[in-house]
Amino acid sequence: MATTRNRTAKAAAEAREGDVGPAPNGAAGADLGLDAETLLRFYREMTLIRLFEEAAQRGFRQGKIGGYLHLYIGQEAVAVGFLHEYRTGDHVITAYRDHAHALLLGSTPREVMAELFGKGTGLVKGKGGSMHLFDVENGLYGGYGIVGGHIPLGVGMAYAQAYQQTGGVTQLYFGDGAIHNAAFHEAANLSGLWGRDGLNPCLFILENNQYGMGTSVERATAMTDLSAKFDSYAIEHEDVDGMDLFAVLECAKRTVARVRESGRPYAVEVQTYRLSPHGAADFLERYRSKDEIAEARKRDPINLLEARLLEADVADEATLTAIRDEVKAVVEDAVTFADESPEPPLEELATDVYADGAAS
Amino acid sequence: MPVMTYREALRSAMAEEMTRDESVVILGEDIGIYGGTHLVTDKLIDQFGPRRVIDTPIAEGGFTGAAIGMAMAGMRPIVEMMTWNFSFQAVDQIVQNAAKVRYFSGGQVTVPLVIRGPNGGGVQLSAQHTHSLENFYGHFPGLKVVSPVTPHDVKGMMIEAIRDPNPIIFLEAGALYGTKGEVPEGEFTVPFGKARVAREGTDVTLIAYGRQVNMLLKVADTLAADGVAAEVIDLRSIRPFDEQTIVESVRKTHRAVVVQEQWRWFSVGSEVAALIQEQAFDDLDAPVERVSGAEVPAPYARNLEVAAFPSEQQIVDAARRAMYRG
Amino acid sequence: MPTVIMPKMGDAMEEGTLLRWLKQPGDDVAVGDPIAEIETDKVTLEIEAGDAGTLSQTLVAEGAVVPIGTAIATIGEEDGAAGSGSAATVEIAAAVGETPYEEGAPAGPVGSIEETGREAAAVTAATLPSANGTAAPQPQPQPIATAPAAAAGSGERLRASPLVKRLAAEHGIDLGRIPGSGPAGRIVKDDIAPYLDGKPLPAAAAQPAAAAAPVGTAAPEAGTAPAPTLAAAPSAPPAAAPAGRPAARTSELSRIKRTTGRRMIESVTTAPHFFVTVEVDMDAAIAFREQANAQVGNGAGEDGVRVSFNDLVVKAAALALRAFPNLNASLEGDLLHEHPNIDVNIAVALPEGLIAPFVPDADQKSLGAIARMAKDLVGRARGGGLKPEEYQGGTFTVSNLGMYEVDEFISIINPPQAAILAVGSIKQVPVVKAGEIVVGNRMKLTLSADHRVTDGAESARFAGEVKRYLEQPMVLALG
Repeated sequence: MATTRNRTAKAAAEAREGDVGPAPNGAAGADLGLDAETLLRFYREMTLIRLFEEAAQRGFRQGKIGGYLHLYIGQEAVAVGFLHEYRTGDHVITAYRDHAHALLLGSTPREVMAELFGKGTGLVKGKGGSMHLFDVENGLYGGYGIVGGHIPLGVGMAYAQAYQQTGGVTQLYFGDGAIHNAAFHEAANLSGLWGRDGLNPCLFILENNQYGMGTSVERATAMTDLSAKFDSYAIEHEDVDGMDLFAVLECAKRTVARVRESGRPYAVEVQTYRLSPHGAADFLERYRSKDEIAEARKRDPINLLEARLLEADVADEATLTAIRDEVKAVVEDAVTFADESPEPPLEELATDVYADGAAS
Repeated sequence: MPVMTYREALRSAMAEEMTRDESVVILGEDIGIYGGTHLVTDKLIDQFGPRRVIDTPIAEGGFTGAAIGMAMAGMRPIVEMMTWNFSFQAVDQIVQNAAKVRYFSGGQVTVPLVIRGPNGGGVQLSAQHTHSLENFYGHFPGLKVVSPVTPHDVKGMMIEAIRDPNPIIFLEAGALYGTKGEVPEGEFTVPFGKARVAREGTDVTLIAYGRQVNMLLKVADTLAADGVAAEVIDLRSIRPFDEQTIVESVRKTHRAVVVQEQWRWFSVGSEVAALIQEQAFDDLDAPVERVSGAEVPAPYARNLEVAAFPSEQQIVDAARRAMYRG
Repeated sequence: MPTVIMPKMGDAMEEGTLLRWLKQPGDDVAVGDPIAEIETDKVTLEIEAGDAGTLSQTLVAEGAVVPIGTAIATIGEEDGAAGSGSAATVEIAAAVGETPYEEGAPAGPVGSIEETGREAAAVTAATLPSANGTAAPQPQPQPIATAPAAAAGSGERLRASPLVKRLAAEHGIDLGRIPGSGPAGRIVKDDIAPYLDGKPLPAAAAQPAAAAAPVGTAAPEAGTAPAPTLAAAPSAPPAAAPAGRPAARTSELSRIKRTTGRRMIESVTTAPHFFVTVEVDMDAAIAFREQANAQVGNGAGEDGVRVSFNDLVVKAAALALRAFPNLNASLEGDLLHEHPNIDVNIAVALPEGLIAPFVPDADQKSLGAIARMAKDLVGRARGGGLKPEEYQGGTFTVSNLGMYEVDEFISIINPPQAAILAVGSIKQVPVVKAGEIVVGNRMKLTLSADHRVTDGAESARFAGEVKRYLEQPMVLALG
């Protein structure tokens, strides 16, 4: 099962095996040398993210999830593709749309859902909620709630990797809404500067889902070629179609390796689309039309993958249905677990404020 | 005991820790080749090289955030704020990330980070370059805030800060970099959360931190000429806060005067006064007096600036009021 | 059977209003069909069905306010019986209608007020005994059951520092018998210290309010209070305003006013005052002053300082005092000290009280020198820059209200001095000169003198001498 802890070493091994293993039938994954097992694992991961997010949405409507809830529906291929290149020692940091990253790196659906439900069994003990998922053991350094605010952190983490000569890279995810923010520009400048000396193995993954909350890219900047902004900092970059898992996989494999080898930053602008509202409270969606969403749904990354798997005879309908049912059960189990878990003990209120346990 | 300046004490603390621990690095504006605006980091780049003494562009939010990331990833960075006034550019990083990330990660990460630089006024830098930020940073759980005033304490507390696993706001008395004092040889630390009794007395407790402590020692001399024995307490550490030393002193003297350069409203002095009334109410013989900066942005002209900060006469007057001799 | 719930549509939403059912029991619904219209604190919107089937029951009536997560309808796979569904709606709607008050919001507005009221009562009950325990014995027990404000009323509250209260409780000392030396009569440690060592308490129970300066009442002011107010010091005023009137604004007297008040009380209660008034023809003085000050404009004056009428009076009084050493004296018990120097104090009114710096050796100073010094002293008195040696001392005081259109007034002697001169305004009055009625300028001077030192005849002669100098101003210039 792909979503257990310590998946990463196994995944890496699988990926390496895939490189030399038999190519899948037809077009799907042929260039990447991926076997059927790996391809179906991708399908399972994307389906897990989708069903998990839909269950979370229901939990929010039921009042079981408080605060904010930002869903990854439509963007699944991005995290699945790039995190396939994750290796032990790498760091991953992202903003508040972070459920998928946790699930893919090895956090269990139970502990992630329990965190959303504000339970003591949650991934961060019920102290952070949806926006602050951390699983440092598996490389996830958060989950941050201030747009752009985590970008300098990612650049600093990459500096540490180079300084400590760990061979690791930092995958730094952020949205199109963050690129107009001073934190982005200051951090990108440092990254380019430090990368000149091989001191910044940072992969900037710009998830352009077309809207910063409700403001479209066109309404936020006159310079709508967002990745071109990296030119200012001498960081090379490219674009990729984020709805096409195979395009993402190919890009990720190449760019992560490049950053790892060079110690220099690189940027990928991933063209994706948020099929869900910005947050669970964004139900009016005045900023985009239903037609636009319907059009985007035609390129739903899960549907695209499904079609290609069927087309290439990697799987039949029954296989995919079985995977969906299995995932559905996993998600239902996660919801039940979260529902039945106890709230955090009140003693947790004042712990983890200081690392040495000092009283505040 | 060797005598060194406040500046040298700071520098030696950082150099010794950098020698001892490779994970310690320094970042900031013009701290390397230039030697630091106040020469606190002078020549460290020659000793430790540019990977450990990192000159940054003028972008406090960016490099402070990067330092937080370094700390989360196992390093022990020291950030120099050329002056603390520029830290407003980095407040989102300091408050939203450094102070809280340990908590909202459920204890999964630590941020062993020191942010240091000169704080406070007194050298005619006017409104945008003059702030006393102890209360501002002291407000946020997750940060530790210290404000040493002697060369001895600045060295001992800097070593303590570098070794502490938490983000430390290290507020130096900018006007005192050149002052000299005895500093022991060899490594030593001054623990946080412990105030210093700078002078013992029995009649009134004078409390301050930073450069105002030196002023209090002069005031104590003046009061001594009137037969008043003032006790002077140097807080040193704003968060954690040493309640015990203050309360014990007030139980002895029954009177207290709190002095600070910063504005009075919602200030450290307010907190000290509240603490005394909570914990030593039945020992008070007079209301706690506060002497604070004028409620104006810091002015430029010398006479106006002097008038904007507490004077020795104001402190003497406050002490006399507390003694019912006003 | 799937249920439809009142959904949470925003992070702060806790309840929603069911505005209208868009489907009725028995209607078929498909996934995504709008089935009801709800209203949140932000917006009105439609709820869509999440399951397909037949709407079996609506559980909430239109208009009901429902907490989020509450089931509002069920969707079955078969047709529901329309009749029973309607009945269910009515029945459950009634229950839901009460829910917010019974469970959802246990403390409604009325409940909240009652709660607060009970708390307040509890606090009152808890506070009163302790306040009573430390308060001075009341001559007449106050009704304990009154509002807390009465118990804490400033008229009854004993002022003592927290330290003193603790020490008093530990040593069983009745603070009501100890006068306080702190602000507004606060008893401080030094006041109680002797009694901690066993010194017997003062026999008479001193009223704390009497020990304190009477807060909120005006103490007689030096040199300005008219005679009638010299009567007994007012008793402690009630802090509470009469019913229906706004409460008084209460503040502590300034240090200067407290000092002045104490000295004025000493003066009026020990020195038997009497008063002598003379009227001075100021025509010559006015002409003289115009002439003298005209020289200032020409640059010929002394340092450009203009001479005031008060300077003329100071000089006139100083010259007159040379012949009346009795009035240039201090009384200390039965000893009268006649001063060889003539130092004339000038009363200056400040917002925080009166202060009276003096011109030393005024009889030997030129008018210009007096004018210059007086201007400097008054200016610095207003700026708070006087040194103690500039106002502690003096042998005779001049108090001038001439600038306030005052005909005449009576001053209280500035102790331990023997007399004080009160200066009124210069008035234009019809006078007879050479048989003609013309406009003349007149000013009244009133001397207050201590009858233990002098008498009416002597004082009248002195006042006449001052009048003579002012009516022949050239003598002032030469003297």
